[in-house]
Amino acid sequence: MNDDTFEPIIGLEIHVELKTASKMFCGCKNDPFFAGAPNIYTCPVCLGLPGALPVPNRRAVEWTVLLGLALGCEIPELSKFDRKNYFYPDLPKGYQISQYDQPLAVNGRLEVNYQRTTNLSAQAGNKQPSERTIRIRRVHLEEDTGKLLHATVDSPTSPSGLRGAGKKVTLIDFNRSGVPLVEIVTEPDIRSAEEAKVFLKKLHQIIRYLDISDADMEKGSMRLEPNVSVRKKENGKRKKTDALPDYKVEVKNINSFRFAERAIDFEIRRHIGLLKQGETPVQETRGWNEGKGETVSQRRKEEADDYRYFPEPDIPPMRFTKNQIAQIKNQIGELPDAKTERFVTQYGLSGYDANILTETRALAGYFEECVRVAQKTKEHDITPKKIANWMINRQIDLDEVMPAAFVERIVAATHQVAIPEEELDRAIADTIAENRKAVSDYREGKEQAVMFLMGQIQRKLKGKGTPDAILAKLKEVLR
Amino acid sequence: MVSWLHECLDYMKLNTLTLTETIAKLRHKEITLSDLYTDIHDEIAEKNGILNAYLALDDEAVRKAEAVKELPLAGIPVAVKDNFLVPGLPTTASSKVLDGFMPPYESTVTERLHKNGAIVVGKTNMDAWAHGSSTETSDYGPTKNPRNLLYLPGGSSGGSAAAVAADLCIAAIGSETAGSVRQPAAWCGCVGLKPTYGRVSRWGVVAMGSSLDSPGPLGKTVTDCAVLLNVIAGRDPYDATTSDRPVQDFVRGISRGVKGMRIGMCYVDHPKLHSTPVDHAVREAADVFRKLGAAVDVVRLSENGAPNTIVTPDYAIGVYTVVQRSEVSSNLARYDGIRFGHPRSAFGEEAKRRIMLGTFTLSRGYADRYYIRAQQVRSLYIRNFRKLFDQYDILISPTSPGYALEHGASAKSPMFGELEDMLLEPSSISGLPGISVPCHRDISTGLYLGLNIVADQWQEEKILQAAYAYEQATEWNAWAKR
Repeated sequence: MNDDTFEPIIGLEIHVELKTASKMFCGCKNDPFFAGAPNIYTCPVCLGLPGALPVPNRRAVEWTVLLGLALGCEIPELSKFDRKNYFYPDLPKGYQISQYDQPLAVNGRLEVNYQRTTNLSAQAGNKQPSERTIRIRRVHLEEDTGKLLHATVDSPTSPSGLRGAGKKVTLIDFNRSGVPLVEIVTEPDIRSAEEAKVFLKKLHQIIRYLDISDADMEKGSMRLEPNVSVRKKENGKRKKTDALPDYKVEVKNINSFRFAERAIDFEIRRHIGLLKQGETPVQETRGWNEGKGETVSQRRKEEADDYRYFPEPDIPPMRFTKNQIAQIKNQIGELPDAKTERFVTQYGLSGYDANILTETRALAGYFEECVRVAQKTKEHDITPKKIANWMINRQIDLDEVMPAAFVERIVAATHQVAIPEEELDRAIADTIAENRKAVSDYREGKEQAVMFLMGQIQRKLKGKGTPDAILAKLKEVLR
Repeated sequence: MVSWLHECLDYMKLNTLTLTETIAKLRHKEITLSDLYTDIHDEIAEKNGILNAYLALDDEAVRKAEAVKELPLAGIPVAVKDNFLVPGLPTTASSKVLDGFMPPYESTVTERLHKNGAIVVGKTNMDAWAHGSSTETSDYGPTKNPRNLLYLPGGSSGGSAAAVAADLCIAAIGSETAGSVRQPAAWCGCVGLKPTYGRVSRWGVVAMGSSLDSPGPLGKTVTDCAVLLNVIAGRDPYDATTSDRPVQDFVRGISRGVKGMRIGMCYVDHPKLHSTPVDHAVREAADVFRKLGAAVDVVRLSENGAPNTIVTPDYAIGVYTVVQRSEVSSNLARYDGIRFGHPRSAFGEEAKRRIMLGTFTLSRGYADRYYIRAQQVRSLYIRNFRKLFDQYDILISPTSPGYALEHGASAKSPMFGELEDMLLEPSSISGLPGISVPCHRDISTGLYLGLNIVADQWQEEKILQAAYAYEQATEWNAWAKR
């Protein structure tokens, strides 16, 4: 869908709320989404009262470093918080504590390997393997803002004490104010909407693996902001100079990977259209309108924002020793790519299967537990490959069935399959021939006679086959 | 015997007692809390209307005092500057923007006072938001200097200094960014201590220049300040900039004397001070220290901090102004008119001027020239002091370039405070502790001068030791000489 003479330049900014027990700079509970009422998880610090001071949450800092390391970043020895000054009613201090020129993690990368939908045969759905490295510019830590609620007073005596029915008001809920928020910024290395989506999914997967955030886009604990611009290729080739276009469009208000993909595609097409007419798209912030399937202009940047950053005087700079960083690195655990690779080599799975089973750490753990249980049962025909097939192909609720029970099912089913049809038929025929009395009893209505026959058949089969299957077959023959 | 004692006490009103005396007399049951509070409140009733030292008083103070049992400061009436949050009393920082604001939590400093049994009798007047050195910029009217009503008390902790000097309390708490404790103490003729930055928690203190703000005691004697510092100093988990180094007992070693101390005398050769009363007063103080066995050298001024010189304070004015205004512009952003009941138009002239200047010095394209440049020069001062403290235990200088100025003086210059505090700014931007003790009194006006004693970071005990020795050896502090 991209015109071959144009090349999209895409960078991503991703905000992720960390799921620490308490907020970033105070002891308030960090659970804005499930708070039962507005402004219940607040204190002088996150309300920005006079004289209140921030004290950084150690775990949030460590988790940000952890994420940085998982994304291959360098962790500078020295980092600090800065104040980003701007006015908005959901920002009680009039500044956000963020990081400016010395973020916690810099210069990382994320390998994105996927089956790319090829340009020429998009309709045919042709895929081509693509291996890209997306550079991570920085990972930094900041605080989330409160939330504004635009409402109409519905009764003259509302519980919040607002007066005047029909009056339009803006309410502020500070439950989210001061929730630790990590910002991940990529270099503008992404070249298609599809690639952006694959990158985002992978980043999401890593964050979930590290168990540092729900990264739930519907709840707003992961928020995506693509920056899109388009440059012209020379003779269908990339320009020799890597100059970026002199504009970019930031798209906000996106709460799914699919919407991110669609919004980016929409922007690319829009920019190409403008460029073809000899126009340069305006540098601006746009919002994604899912209903219309298009982006709409929100805010034009007449001038560059000036946030008047300066070092946060209330928080001393942070220093990390090599030892501290090494300790945090030890907590990373096995990341999806490594796990996938190991599943292929260790268990002989296909890349496809391994990919599916390592989708989440929980699923991968479930698989490995099953493999362990199967090995214990000494049922040599329950191979990891077989377990993988069962997990992938059978729709079994893994939350309901424990791995041991799951393996039992496979064992039972395997045995059933192991009885050749003629062996079962012969056993049934022989049993019927040898037990005429029981057969006639059953046919006269004595239900329990069938259980006697079952026992005889099972004896002949030496315990193979599942009772349900044998019984069904037996009843069919007797009918 | 008992009637004789009562007769003596009739002559000496209990509000004139020092902190140390009050603690001792209460402990030995020589006086009662009821009599103490009667005298304090009588004095307040008589003089506060004129002085305007207090903005708010706790009517329950005596009842609260009598409820306290067996604590180091049990029942002691302390005056607290109005930028400290104390539940039950409004906190305005003398600005109408916070008019009527009832704080829902308490500052660490007053919480520690309360835990040790002290009672906050009232909140004292100050320059609005602590922006100034005169207490004239208070939205609730100026405070007068109790030594001479025609003169300014200094500021921004002018209400606390006046309350101490006029015996409207036993001791007081102020806060200093650069001079706001020591300069009003000097002008009102009492003792003011600015601790090392990070020694005393800023939690619950309306922020001014966050990288500089240091809460500190104002007292009638050096020992009184040491007693209060013992209570308020130390690591606070609510203030990440407080130090976790242990706090020694500042009273214990206070009378060790200055024998063998190496003292550097600074700024007397500054062109603005040469042959002025402060020049003479500090040279006389140097002689006192020499007689007490210290070695005093003159530290010459320089432009660059060459060996055995002190960098001229002139540049510190600029550094301090830029750093402090930048932080102010950010710290006042929360008073956005949404939550504290009063609109931004309630800001006074000085606050508006500081917000504008600080916004400018942090702006893109200008921050390099102002804010970042200021921080670079700030480190020049820090390095200079580090070298000087290899050579000297303490440095002495005038607290202020002269006596208290007359009312109206601050309106003549937007840089009034910066100029009055120029001798304190270099050590303040370096985070150093300092104390001002009375070192001269003009008989015709009744006004005092202050001697400023500075030591390296965390060396409060050295300045207390020197200040105590000086106080004992001279006649200037009437409370100490009773």
